[in-house]
Amino acid sequence: MRKVFTALFVQIAAMLAISPAFSQEAMTLDQKVNEAFATATGPFVSLIFAPIPGTSFPWIVMWLVIAASIFTIYFGFVQFRFFGHAISLVKGDYSDPNDAGEVSHFQALATALSGTVGLGNIAGVAVAVGIGGPGATFWMILAGLLGMASKFTECTLGVKYRNEYEDGTVSGGPMYYISKGFKELGIPGGKLLAILFAIFCILGSLGGGNMFQANQAHAQIAGIVGEYPGWITGVAFAIIVFAVIVGGMKSIARVTEKVVPFMGIMYVAAAIIILIVNYDQIAWAFGQIFEGAFTGLGIAGGFVGALIQGFKRAAFSNEAGVGSAAIAHSAVRTKEPITEGVVSLLEPFIDTVVICTMTALVITITGQLIIDPATGNYVLDGSSIATVGGTSGVALTSAAFGSAISWFPYVLAIAVILFAFSTMISWSYYGLKAWTYLFGEGKTTELIFKLIFCAFVIIGAAASLGPVIDFSDAAIFAMAVVNIFALYFLMKIVKKEFYSYRERLASGEIRKFKN
Amino acid sequence: MATTLVIGLDGHKSGERVLEYGKRLAGLIKDCELLVVYVVEWSPYSFQTPEENAERHKRRENEISTAMQRVVDPAVEELKKAGLQARGVVRHGHVAEILNTVAKEENAEQIIIGRSSSTGLAERFFGSSTSNLVMSAHVPVTVIG
Repeated sequence: MRKVFTALFVQIAAMLAISPAFSQEAMTLDQKVNEAFATATGPFVSLIFAPIPGTSFPWIVMWLVIAASIFTIYFGFVQFRFFGHAISLVKGDYSDPNDAGEVSHFQALATALSGTVGLGNIAGVAVAVGIGGPGATFWMILAGLLGMASKFTECTLGVKYRNEYEDGTVSGGPMYYISKGFKELGIPGGKLLAILFAIFCILGSLGGGNMFQANQAHAQIAGIVGEYPGWITGVAFAIIVFAVIVGGMKSIARVTEKVVPFMGIMYVAAAIIILIVNYDQIAWAFGQIFEGAFTGLGIAGGFVGALIQGFKRAAFSNEAGVGSAAIAHSAVRTKEPITEGVVSLLEPFIDTVVICTMTALVITITGQLIIDPATGNYVLDGSSIATVGGTSGVALTSAAFGSAISWFPYVLAIAVILFAFSTMISWSYYGLKAWTYLFGEGKTTELIFKLIFCAFVIIGAAASLGPVIDFSDAAIFAMAVVNIFALYFLMKIVKKEFYSYRERLASGEIRKFKN
Repeated sequence: MATTLVIGLDGHKSGERVLEYGKRLAGLIKDCELLVVYVVEWSPYSFQTPEENAERHKRRENEISTAMQRVVDPAVEELKKAGLQARGVVRHGHVAEILNTVAKEENAEQIIIGRSSSTGLAERFFGSSTSNLVMSAHVPVTVIG
């Protein structure tokens, strides 16, 4: 079984890496990679984004939002009622001083956040707003708020069912809670689902967690130094990633992990400054967001278009329901898995409700999207909204910030590269966990995955945005298909834990250690 | 009731003088227990990679056993040889904060530590920690030069 999987993956990697000549005309290396990639991933992408029959609405988006709504109701709006508790957990109010030296709630949150805060917040939002208009922001915030409940569910399970090894290390995540949880409930098929999840997780780590990052990092660098072939950036990135994940150059990762949070804070601070400078426009921008959310303001697909874009970007950015964060959170050694779930619900909030919204507001308020003065609607350029400089993706965000703070695109370029890098490191770990779940732990199997991961960095940087973004979204959403399906069965386990925790919290059995 | 003295060690050479002083003081007090404390500098608010998190528990155990073997156990041994009552602990956290907390927990009479060591690892562990402790401690602190 394992050999079959290895062979399959090596084959796919080879197919994508060594592209055959597609036509007699001379194509650049970038074009070849791009075409081979689009052909190879096309059917998978179409399946995931297939519309609900008779509508233009992708079923996968409904799948995520319905799940998030169900978890929200099932757990009695835990994301609002336990928001304050989440903050005191992160502050360490409930941490036993005797556990000092173990991974704290803050660290687990910060690590999971550095995997999610990244290009989704900067480039992804620009894509959403560029296609769906400012109205997409409304749906993005809504999906972010609902997604907090999904995150709560999966991260609780992640801690509850992680594997603890003899040597003291841990491995956790959906593959573990699906197989163990189903077994506990006596439901067959857990192992199969777990394997399926692991396969999608590997694809997701290569797609959204890798190629999309490399791609947008290249776009950012090219935007500043001028156009040059993507594979050059790809090779450079691949070497650094290789040094960290294969060569064990932890110092690079450590530096990034430390710089990334400050970059995040700086990004939000810059956004707030731009909003303050344009304070007279804020009311107008929110007006555009609300109006656009229900009318579309002339964008392709009307209000449904805005909704799809908003939901899609929120899911891609905060990964709620995807299961990736459960892998990151399972490292915490807490006696109460619920506490980790409660902490994790802050993630979609910080990621989507705060950071993504900032990006959307800045793009809207700086007038990057061209409005037809006669109708008040947005001017279309193909399927997306025409922008001032004809920009899209990360270039649009950069232009928006640059129009207010001229030097900010340089800071943003550094931020994008660091965000991309830290997301890659996080996802290489998620992918590796899924890989070792399938093929077993061992130096050689781990090395194979790491090498494939590095190869995909190059492919990602060389391919053009369209196919990369499609494949990234598709792979990450495929994880959510399996994960959420399993969560429906497992949510009663979380409920039992949650009720017991809530009671003990109310009775004072669980107390603050700090006064 | 026995008197408890907290001795903060950092694995640095000045620790010998700290131990000497502790011995002498304990000899003068007679009914006295010495508690040797080693603090592994640690902040719950640092940033780590997922891999570091996964290995954290293992590392913590290693840090504790290494500190025990290299610093705490030999010190406790030495004190016991001198016919004194002694125990040792290793804790994670900020040096000044932990020494003060331990002193309060154990109802200690005073804390004895070395003067700020000037170089390398010792600086990380005890550098300004000594002055922090002197300023924030709830019990008397003796600093050994």
